[in-house]
Amino acid sequence: MNAASGKVMNANGKKSFKLMIVDDSNIMRRRIERSNQFEELELVGTAGNGLEAIEMFKKMDPDVVTMDLTMPQMDGIECISKLVVMKPAVRILVISALADKATAVDAMEKGANGFLNKPFTDRQLNEAIADLMR
Amino acid sequence: MAAQQPASIGSPYLTEGTPTVHDYTGVINISGKREGFVYFTAPRAMLTVLLMKMQENDFSHETMRDLVGEVANTISGNARRDFGRDFVISVPSVLAGERPEIPQKPGARSFVIPINWRSHSAKLIVSLT
Repeated sequence: MNAASGKVMNANGKKSFKLMIVDDSNIMRRRIERSNQFEELELVGTAGNGLEAIEMFKKMDPDVVTMDLTMPQMDGIECISKLVVMKPAVRILVISALADKATAVDAMEKGANGFLNKPFTDRQLNEAIADLMR
Repeated sequence: MAAQQPASIGSPYLTEGTPTVHDYTGVINISGKREGFVYFTAPRAMLTVLLMKMQENDFSHETMRDLVGEVANTISGNARRDFGRDFVISVPSVLAGERPEIPQKPGARSFVIPINWRSHSAKLIVSLT
């Protein structure tokens, strides 16, 4: 998979990636948005559960997704499975409090590309996102 | 630096009956190998300072609820590092206001861990069977 394939250039001539943030906490969504230090990463949508995420995904076609796991209506694992079918090249960073290895392995097997545990620092988040965009 | 003052843990204790709570309480329902609840409860003043530290400028009732729910979720989710994925956690629910009805398993005892930060006190309450 290549996250850079088909991306457009922004005004500074850098590859531009569209970001979607999925988390049932408003505070956490704003935290992730504020922490983003990449000018080439443009927030195009947020969602509070897996069902909302799929609808937003269809509309905005993001390249990079941050995904919570424990959410109402549709959890993150199920949502990941659906998103990678819709767009195999999408890059998904799971950001979850669930700290057991089995959950991380499960998420990666379903199609996630990275896993970051809550709580996290801005630096950890940006490093994880940088890894995702390579 | 005062802004980075770490929290300290008070002496944990066991209590029977319904635990007392602060202004806002995040509740996680635990199922799987263990059953019961994990609560994080904090006073509004403490949550306000936490939100300021997080660079939030929304101190509404809904944001307070969001914060205690997220803290309860984070603590419970991190516990799976030790208990494994059979320690199944729900999405958080939140109690607020005076004398909220605290969900509890019949006969369950609560293990209360006081958390002190600056001049504020919160509690982590673990009530499992």
